[in-house]
Amino acid sequence: MKKMIGLITVFVIALTLLAGCNSSPQTSSPGTTPPNTTAPKLSGTISTNGSTSMEKVVASLIEAFKAENPDVTITYDATGSGSGITAATEGTADIGLSSRNLKDSETGLDATIIALDGIAMIVNNTNVVDNLTIEQIAGLFTGEITNWSQVGGADAPVAVIGREAGSGTRDGFESIIGVTEECIYDQELTSTGAVITAVSSNQYAIGYASLSAVSSEVKSVTVEGVQCTEDTILDGTYAIQRPFVMVTSSSKELSAAAKAFIEFALSDEATEIIANAGAVQAR
Amino acid sequence: MKNRLSAKRRAYGTILKGFILLCAGITVMLLAILIGFIFYRGLGNITWELLTTARSALKNTIGILPNILYTLYIILTTLVIALPVGIGAAIYLNEYAANKRFVRVIEFATETLTGIPSIIYGLVGYLFFCQKLGLGSSILAGSLTLVIMTLPTIVRTTQEALKTVPDSYREGAVALGATKWYMIRTIILPSSLDGVVGGAILSIGRIVGESAALIFTAGTGYALVTHYLQALGTSGGSLSVALYVYAFEQGEFDVGFAIASILIIIVLIINFMTKFVKRKLKKV
Amino acid sequence: MKIKAVMEKTMSCLFFICGMVTIAAVITISVYMVLSGIPAIKEVGLSEFLLGQVWKSTAAEPQFGILPFILTSVYGTLGACLIGVPVGIMTAVFLAKIASTRVAATVNTAVELLAGIPSVVYGLIGMIVLVPAIMQLFQLKNGTSLLAAIIVLAVMILPSIISVSRTALMAVPKEYEEASYALGATKMETIFKVSIPAAKSGIAAGIVLGIGRAIGEAMAVMMVAGNVANMPGLFKSVTFLTTAIAKEMSYASGLQKQALYSIALVLFIFIMIINVILNAVLKRGDKR
Repeated sequence: MKKMIGLITVFVIALTLLAGCNSSPQTSSPGTTPPNTTAPKLSGTISTNGSTSMEKVVASLIEAFKAENPDVTITYDATGSGSGITAATEGTADIGLSSRNLKDSETGLDATIIALDGIAMIVNNTNVVDNLTIEQIAGLFTGEITNWSQVGGADAPVAVIGREAGSGTRDGFESIIGVTEECIYDQELTSTGAVITAVSSNQYAIGYASLSAVSSEVKSVTVEGVQCTEDTILDGTYAIQRPFVMVTSSSKELSAAAKAFIEFALSDEATEIIANAGAVQAR
Repeated sequence: MKNRLSAKRRAYGTILKGFILLCAGITVMLLAILIGFIFYRGLGNITWELLTTARSALKNTIGILPNILYTLYIILTTLVIALPVGIGAAIYLNEYAANKRFVRVIEFATETLTGIPSIIYGLVGYLFFCQKLGLGSSILAGSLTLVIMTLPTIVRTTQEALKTVPDSYREGAVALGATKWYMIRTIILPSSLDGVVGGAILSIGRIVGESAALIFTAGTGYALVTHYLQALGTSGGSLSVALYVYAFEQGEFDVGFAIASILIIIVLIINFMTKFVKRKLKKV
Repeated sequence: MKIKAVMEKTMSCLFFICGMVTIAAVITISVYMVLSGIPAIKEVGLSEFLLGQVWKSTAAEPQFGILPFILTSVYGTLGACLIGVPVGIMTAVFLAKIASTRVAATVNTAVELLAGIPSVVYGLIGMIVLVPAIMQLFQLKNGTSLLAAIIVLAVMILPSIISVSRTALMAVPKEYEEASYALGATKMETIFKVSIPAAKSGIAAGIVLGIGRAIGEAMAVMMVAGNVANMPGLFKSVTFLTTAIAKEMSYASGLQKQALYSIALVLFIFIMIINVILNAVLKRGDKR
């Protein structure tokens, strides 16, 4: 008994020391802004939840915001656009993140578009195909085209990699290409990064992913001759694009910190941060 | 007297023995390859930076310090609740309960809890703790879910330990005029300490390895929170959850293997400690 | 003296409450499962739900047939057992009857280590090594498959089967084996015709434990199975009962959400049935 008490005491002391080492932040009641004559110090916890495509953008914004407001803790759960919207509706997250516009059925929510993102069509680096028309893309994803040779590639089967049904990326892709509910997938993954990984390791694969997440691991083909870059998204020549949206509940009062965070995302300061993360700030 | 077996029986023996050795060999090789591969790809990636920083999107670096902290927070919170309740339940079952059928009902309940898959714990935890009780995605919700998951383990190991305490101890104590609680506190619990600690260590192992239940209740956050009480209300991913997120959702395999290596080292330590505790604390 | 009496009463009450917590937990979980799971089954219709072959939860005209998931879980578990049970029992035999104490101790440590490895680690290796290997070996266009899941599950249930079978085999009374030798049987014959049958119920308990683990596994399987709601095929991407829940749970709403609860209920009932079988098997073994 004594040993156990001893062990527990040591453990607790160690943790308290660890906690005490840092400036103790306020307790988690969001929105406690003590009256101040100088610029109000923001504090509290903001929970964000949703789109995996927005990962890089949101992570960068969180870091930059936290540098200016060290007393605010912002968490990010990458669960998918659908989950983010549900979380905002149910109040389990302060800000929901969605990589698509809200549907008509999703009521009681305010949507703030903070950026535009392109959905890149990606293939394996060994794939010789450089360009695809929207019609070809539709054919590949609905199973009409089953061999790469039919679109100018090698004589090889096509493995179609996509996202789960609640994904904003999937929703954006399918609605723009016009293949809603008609796609036949070989894999349904739960994040943009997972799609990139799957395509990079499978020579027969084709998939779609957020431009902000695409790296040299995969090859992004041109769509109707247009390469997916920040510029072509901004001037609209790249067809497959969608908004990055911060979703908040209309009925629940946002904390001062959360409001400030959303304003930060829309501010001039954030332009470069968002650009570095691979998206384009919405103007 | 020469005892020669028929050719058929000899063949039977050799083939079967070969099969047995093959299977045993497969099991050992499996483990060796598994651990070898993970260490090969992971040990080299365990850098100081990985262990002591948080993920930075602006600097494009990855650190798992927050996840290590979250794992510790979850272990602490879960055990602080589950140990007293579990030990209490075991004491009740072993020392107080008179009705044998009632004891069997509780034991059946405990057995049932053990068999429920962790995804169902995740679902029920999400429904009950996160939504109904309004805790949201938080360490507290995750810990409460894990309390229910680890309760059976603690109850069972404590019960086993209590059963090994000879009845002569109890009889002697009663003969000397001790009351029940006094007897439990001063004689029975100290004697069964090894089982209790063993159960606690076993539970730590389960908590560290748990992912499905935690993803839906404690979330996948990676913000660095050093204040324990604040962390209870934040969404945080434990090490196993972090492995899933970095490897599966972001394709950062190096980090994934590094975390896997750390997890295996933790399992090794836990296994070793269980045996150590059993030996050191056993009061014959 | 009064204080002591009060203390006594308090402590015994406290302990009673603790004992109740386990029962309360089981009841809460069961009640939640049933209450949440019934509505969707009522709405969709029991036979359409259990036997429908199409799962399109987010379509404009949603369909909620979970037969693909049920079959995948069943086939996956059976496949895992097909590989895991022989290897497991044989390894248990090795540990209990053949190995010297030192070798047995080492292999035992190895088995305990296997048991402690988190499922995501198995998933990681499955994703990086197994899936590409299957793609190469069988010349497929995509490696995530039921086969990959079966192999991962088989490895995961090995430790459970081994440890329980080993205990059962070691508990076989020495007299049985000595009598067998006395009658002229060889070691192998004794093992296979006397020891294993004698340890039958214990081994069965180990197998049922393994089955429970296989049917309930979600994360590792999600990383290697492809997660498409197909009717199961060895080389097709499949979805299990568990991964169906995991994949859609966080964003589901309305009928889709309730359908997921119903899947959880089906899974829960499966596990309960397996538990009941386990208890019956063990009780029969005790009577011997």
